[in-house]
Amino acid sequence: MAPEPMLELRDVGVRYGPVSVVRRLSLEVAKGEIVGLIGPNGAGKSTTLHAIMGLVPPHEGDIRLGGRSMRGASPENVARAGIALVPEGRRIFSQLTVEENLRLGLAGRRDRAGSEEAVESVAELFPVVREFRRRPAGALSGGQQQQLAIARALVAGPDVLLLDEPSLGLAPRMVDVVFEVLGEIRRRGISVLLVEQRAQRTVAFADRTYLMANGEQRLTLTPADASDTERMVAAYLS
Amino acid sequence: MSGAATDVVAALDAQTIVDAVGLGSVYALMAVGIGLVFGVLRLINFAYGQVVMAGAYTLAFTSQADWPTWLGVATCFGVTVALSLLLERLVFRPLRTATPVVMLVTTFAVAFLLQNVALLVDVNDDTIGEPAASVASLNQAVTVWGVDVRKVTIVAVVAAAALLAALALLLTRTRIGLQMRAAATDFRTARLLGVRANTVIGFAVLLSGVIAGVVAVILTVQIPLVQPSFALNETIVVLVGVVVGGIDRLWTATLGGFAIGFATGVINGALPTDKTVFLPSAVFTLVILVLLLRPAGLFAPRGATSVERV
Repeated sequence: MAPEPMLELRDVGVRYGPVSVVRRLSLEVAKGEIVGLIGPNGAGKSTTLHAIMGLVPPHEGDIRLGGRSMRGASPENVARAGIALVPEGRRIFSQLTVEENLRLGLAGRRDRAGSEEAVESVAELFPVVREFRRRPAGALSGGQQQQLAIARALVAGPDVLLLDEPSLGLAPRMVDVVFEVLGEIRRRGISVLLVEQRAQRTVAFADRTYLMANGEQRLTLTPADASDTERMVAAYLS
Repeated sequence: MSGAATDVVAALDAQTIVDAVGLGSVYALMAVGIGLVFGVLRLINFAYGQVVMAGAYTLAFTSQADWPTWLGVATCFGVTVALSLLLERLVFRPLRTATPVVMLVTTFAVAFLLQNVALLVDVNDDTIGEPAASVASLNQAVTVWGVDVRKVTIVAVVAAAALLAALALLLTRTRIGLQMRAAATDFRTARLLGVRANTVIGFAVLLSGVIAGVVAVILTVQIPLVQPSFALNETIVVLVGVVVGGIDRLWTATLGGFAIGFATGVINGALPTDKTVFLPSAVFTLVILVLLLRPAGLFAPRGATSVERV
């Protein structure tokens, strides 16, 4: 029997009022797997992440973490169950220091033991966090803030990491840094669901990528499909 | 210099300043109590004065029952904290996603409800108003460097300074304080990180209840006959002070509370005894001037775009 997926969405539907934004979406992320979610603007990618985090309630289907249903759970309970979100636009607390931002991430830990080790381990992965520890987070550059947002999510020790367009608005060199960090997260065995606009790079990098359009899943792509731009463009325009 | 300004300057003797600082300290404490809850709930709690009133009635009834003063004060704290937590659980929590207008109107309703409950309890002995004698000894004056200072003024200033220092330490040095600051800036993101909304809001409400207890003791010393309208006028003035200071940040709201209390004390000292009826008019004229010149708040940083509410 195949192992239970770490994160599983089964026929999930989300509505904003009468408008159906996500329709019968099903996807799985196994332990240590990086799964991409790409698609044009308005495809329902961010809404999918919000539904997983309990920010918007799905009107149908189920969301499971390690086999346990997360439907109806509040955002803080989803975070404490082991899912961490790096939100679009980073949403760091600009008036708090870098270290205070990092320590806020500890709120999502299931066990307080090991908190200091988690902070140190993450600071090792992101030298910028260690270097600017006492500086207000708002004084960091966009790329540095993105690293802080990922670091803040990681100190919670999540089983699943959700990233909402982490490369948005970053210089190409910083985008490389973000993808390098994702590689290290993969090596640490954390499951990742990555929402991205950089379609080709995501398909090449992720173990598997779902292409969404108009709230529905249209294609499942593997790294081998990264060069098949015609197929992707056709799905985007469909 | 105009006559009015000359009067104000002439009134700035040590006695007036000390009294004004005392009044400012009480109003600053009330501003903190209101500002803490506003920070995490976006709720302007008009019923805060009635929580203070409940504490004052507790002091009056325990005093009449000859309870030891320490026990009466402890019970007063118990009542203000319990009532604050009860209001949060029964009223504010179900309305957490309501619009600010709905929440504000609800706190008006709660204020009038509590006032009428107090009236029902109070008229049992066919008189309105209950004397609270147990803490009256704090009304005695001591002479410090030739200035008569009432003990309650010293208590108010020391309590305000100690509580504000303790609050600053709590907000900057503890886990719950950090979570409160984050929640006050961006509650949604804080919750996404695992910060429990009920814990943070409950803690802010609990702190505001403790502060209401301190204010109840100080105001009861100053106004020993406790009536249903107790602390109502003070709440209105403090709410105005909080807006004048800048409600978006706890420290500007607190300074606003202190400033309006201090200004009230100074103007009260400047007005001739037969003209004190004009005190509210003078204070609110000043408020209108400040809001015209600094609509974002008297103490709000210039050009600030983002806000830190705690």
